[in-house]
Amino acid sequence: MSLGHQGLVTFRMIDPDAGLAAALARRPAEIVAELTAARLKGRGGAGFPTGVKWSLAAQAASDVKYVLCNADEGEPGTFKDRVILAEVPDLVFAGMTIGGAAIGASKGIVYLRGEYAYQRQPLEEALARRRAAGQLGERVLGTPFAFDIEIRMGSGAYVCGEETALIESLEGHRGEPRNRPPFPVDAGYLGRPTIVNNVETFACVTAIMAKGAPWFAAIGTEKSTGPKLFSVSGDCARPGVYEFPMGLPVSELLREVGGEDAKAVQIGGASGRCVPASAFASTICYEGISTGGSVIVFGPDRDMLRVAKNFMEFFVEESCGQCTPCREGNARLLQGIAMLEDGRCSAAYLAELTKLGEVMQLASKCGLGQSSPNAFLSIVEHFRDEIMGRTYAAAR
Amino acid sequence: MSDHENVNVESPRAPVSQRGHLVRVPADQRASGALVEVAIDGLEVQVPIGTTILEAARKIGVKIPTLCYHDDLCVAGVCRICVVEVEGQRTLQASCAYPITAPIAIHTHTRKVRQSRRRILDLLLGKHYGECYACFRNGNCELQALAAGCGVDFFRFGHPTAPLHELDSSSYSVLRDMNKCILCRRCVRTCIDLQEVGVLETVHRGDKTTVSTFMNKPLAEVICINCGQCINRCPTGALGAADPTDDVWRDINDPSKHVVIQTAPAPRAAIGECFGLPPGTPLTFEMNSALRAIGFDKVFDTNFTADLTIIEEGTELILRLHRALVDRQPVALPQFTSCSPGWVKYIEHFYPEMLPHLSSAKSPQQMFGAVIKTYYAGLHHIDPADIVTVALMPCSAKKFECNRPEMAASGHKDVDYGLVTRELAQMFKEAGIELPKMPKSGFDEPFGTATGSGVIFGATGGVMEAALRTVLELVSGLKVENLYDHADILPVRGFEGIKYAEIRIPRLGTVPDILRMNAQLPFDSWAWLAGATLKVAVCHGTANAKRVLEDIKAGGKLSECHFIEFMACPGGCLGGGGMPIPTNPEIRAARARAIYAEDAAYEVRKSHENPAVLRLYNEFLTGGPNGHTAHRLLHTTYTPRGKYIA
Amino acid sequence: MLVTDRQRLREDIAVWVARFGARRSSLIPVLQEIQAKYHQISDHAMQVVADHLDIHPVEVYSVVTFYAFLNEGYHGKFVIRLCRTVSCDMAGKSRVARQLENDLGIAFGQSTKDGKFSLEWASCIGMCDQGPALLVNDQVFPAVTPEKVHDILQLCRKSFGPLAVHQANHREARQ
Repeated sequence: MSLGHQGLVTFRMIDPDAGLAAALARRPAEIVAELTAARLKGRGGAGFPTGVKWSLAAQAASDVKYVLCNADEGEPGTFKDRVILAEVPDLVFAGMTIGGAAIGASKGIVYLRGEYAYQRQPLEEALARRRAAGQLGERVLGTPFAFDIEIRMGSGAYVCGEETALIESLEGHRGEPRNRPPFPVDAGYLGRPTIVNNVETFACVTAIMAKGAPWFAAIGTEKSTGPKLFSVSGDCARPGVYEFPMGLPVSELLREVGGEDAKAVQIGGASGRCVPASAFASTICYEGISTGGSVIVFGPDRDMLRVAKNFMEFFVEESCGQCTPCREGNARLLQGIAMLEDGRCSAAYLAELTKLGEVMQLASKCGLGQSSPNAFLSIVEHFRDEIMGRTYAAAR
Repeated sequence: MSDHENVNVESPRAPVSQRGHLVRVPADQRASGALVEVAIDGLEVQVPIGTTILEAARKIGVKIPTLCYHDDLCVAGVCRICVVEVEGQRTLQASCAYPITAPIAIHTHTRKVRQSRRRILDLLLGKHYGECYACFRNGNCELQALAAGCGVDFFRFGHPTAPLHELDSSSYSVLRDMNKCILCRRCVRTCIDLQEVGVLETVHRGDKTTVSTFMNKPLAEVICINCGQCINRCPTGALGAADPTDDVWRDINDPSKHVVIQTAPAPRAAIGECFGLPPGTPLTFEMNSALRAIGFDKVFDTNFTADLTIIEEGTELILRLHRALVDRQPVALPQFTSCSPGWVKYIEHFYPEMLPHLSSAKSPQQMFGAVIKTYYAGLHHIDPADIVTVALMPCSAKKFECNRPEMAASGHKDVDYGLVTRELAQMFKEAGIELPKMPKSGFDEPFGTATGSGVIFGATGGVMEAALRTVLELVSGLKVENLYDHADILPVRGFEGIKYAEIRIPRLGTVPDILRMNAQLPFDSWAWLAGATLKVAVCHGTANAKRVLEDIKAGGKLSECHFIEFMACPGGCLGGGGMPIPTNPEIRAARARAIYAEDAAYEVRKSHENPAVLRLYNEFLTGGPNGHTAHRLLHTTYTPRGKYIA
Repeated sequence: MLVTDRQRLREDIAVWVARFGARRSSLIPVLQEIQAKYHQISDHAMQVVADHLDIHPVEVYSVVTFYAFLNEGYHGKFVIRLCRTVSCDMAGKSRVARQLENDLGIAFGQSTKDGKFSLEWASCIGMCDQGPALLVNDQVFPAVTPEKVHDILQLCRKSFGPLAVHQANHREARQ
């Protein structure tokens, strides 16, 4: 097995047409079975088994279903989907078409974040080519299966990367996550059964169809199969998109990207965790440090309190504002960081803020709120000495 | 399908994230019973699939605290106060929004749950400005009760010491104080989903999230219909009614003023709730004594002008029908009732092209004001400038109505103050009056006599029932008691959103004297109504009003109606925006029972039999119903406002 | 707004609603068109859209205020959005930000008097490996230095439409 390291190595080798043709030659249940055998998990970060999601949607009774591609890549430090869409869009579109065949949908929508508007034109052109080639349309590859894909633009809201918020946004509402259940596979876009998957997940689907589940499952670890794209940025010599098998130790990743002297790495973006140097031996995979692929390297001179502040500013701005823990809690954490900066935060209040962070993880309505205190909590945990004991502001 | 499915169908406008749940249930639900066993704090209970954790817990007496949840509204799941631990779930679940579909074990007060609730509450209190002492909801505030229930003993995240928002006191009816808002969005769901008026919505996001009107304009400048349903559902003091009690006290204490009060039927059935009595305890006669005790010079019954309204509106309907059926002239039919000021403003904003359908008859409140400052002033030789008329109403929109510039038929402001049930209860408390213990006394003459028909104005369907009683008797000459048991016209009663009924006119009598008083009456026999069937409809809540109007515009079944009753508030007046808080379907049903019980107790139950009304026509409104004087004093015009805001 | 301007706005909205369909799910696409052409979504525009889609104006207002790329107030012809999230922050976004303010003579959240430029912050725009990065309308400019700020602004000033910026950007992105 040869997994190249920088860029879209595996994906460039995959022939999207072969993947689609292989899928359409099978029955829907067989497509789902193949994904299940490959043990593919969602690439957006939550890591839900794709086979399970698709089989639920396939079982849901409805004459209309939808395939949604989540291209609202807003997690700080993540840009792999941008590169996939720019370089191998056909892999994604083929994956969505396969999804349509698997669950019985004839309509796909790519929800492309507004910040990537410059990608829309090339993607529309790619879709036009696929329609001309019979890979989309009334009779996909000459079969009775009809499927087409539409691109809809986001308008600048990180929370729309949450699948039910994405659906709300598509329906013309504020991007506010829904109560679950019901899950989108039962009642999603316009109340119909809907699968929402990440850009990379669809690309993986096409790859699995083209090369088979055993090939995919052989890469990575037992529970985290397949290649994974990583967006690497921050204090390293060679930032960019990398492809690694799941299960790679953090230290090895840092060696590849030229960030050996890092004092910490943020894995999973703003909603992920801050891993200190002492834990660089841990592996990146669903059973280890789970991530959608964002890796931000912090060099030895970085002020971790400033990092935490940046993350909290992000969440204060990007919270949808509907549930109390996330709306008010993030603002309180940010306020607490300002107090730490000014040397006005007692150890007792810091403990209070930590408790608040745990409550936010437990009681928030959606994944955004539940993960928003992660960065703060892990920085407080691992860099306690660094963030405490600052100069008292009035004494300056 | 669970009950929640209906919420989806019934309220297409509700933000989807705030709608009820679609729960996948086995097809053979009824056959199998589709019950599921859950354990709540170790207590086992069987509930139908799709029941929420909150409902299941209530069923067995486990009280889970709630804040954004309201019985009348779709589920939001945003405050997170009601979170509980579900075994096997990593995170806590909002019990109001979690439908049970499989056997689960639930814990409602573990350490995690308690700690979360306390901190969520602390977060809310950290943004809630206002001292409880200086708040009209003191003692009746859900946030206050929650803080007490959860044992809040300090402000973990601080407490604002200065206001962050300006008070919006632009509206005659509704006050908004965003300093007290905790963003539960009940008002949003009330305004957009329950009432479909669409004044309040959540705007901005993150920590800038707030509830706002369109472009954050003052309430007076937007399309608010003043129904006050948001006030009734606000858990805190962020929404309230514009309170005139200081002015009322001042006038009561001014010896040069003759202060009279008219009391509408709905407040009597509810004011007891402010004194700890169960909903549906009528205190009509105790209230009369209390009103005199605090200094009102006269206490009148709005039912008197409710009867007057029925005669004026009924006559108008008969005249419209005659013009349509006999003269074959284009006439706006069906005729719409006009006694609900929230509804009147709704149609002015949203369906101005349909204003000709609206009866020109004023509401009972405004008729009373006009009659007091003319007829009553003359009778007692009081300068109308010295008379202060106060109207005790269940309704916040009445405050706006009495301030309409056209409501000055007497040459003075016909009704000076609209006082709502809650405010009067507060006045009683301030005066140290324990209302339930007051002696009973009647209303003052000359308007003391009222009929049961006036009383039932307080419930949805009441106006229609009263009108039918009168019209049926006037046209047929038969006693309505002989047509319906106890004169109860049941097809128009009840809480369904839209009710439709066909009432056959059993036979034709002679045209009665009261109508003949009108010299312009274009007929002298009922022959033109031979074989006619009256088609009527009743609706309450402006969301239902919208459905009715759209059906009429589309030429549906309701366009064939002759007469339709509209009430802006769910339940009619007894669910009005000035009524005691809280409100829910059971409370409104209890109030309705009290109102119908009072109706049944009246000796005279039909408006046209009210001797005081007949005397008024004989002595004062000599042109008869719809005659010249009646038109000048008892009828009004409307303003096509439209919904565009400059 | 002049009557003729309002008329033009109403006609445009009618066309867009017809294209996307008179459904709630068309709301955001219609608003995006209004934003692109008029650089703001005025209160009148919101009411017209609400009328077409049979929703309340306050619901449109609610949606407009939710999304960062939809604005009820006037925005310049060129909206500059500088990424402020962590990778761009570490790559030196603060100096670029100050230079943008210096060159334009406005602070973040403001527009220039001539109506040409608006300056705003953006949350992560997905150029973390090439920060600091900014967006000018739909176009992305990676690895911006204080030095380059002037060039970017000049490109905007000289362009008669979005095309020139687009081409310039392509050169930039392919470095």
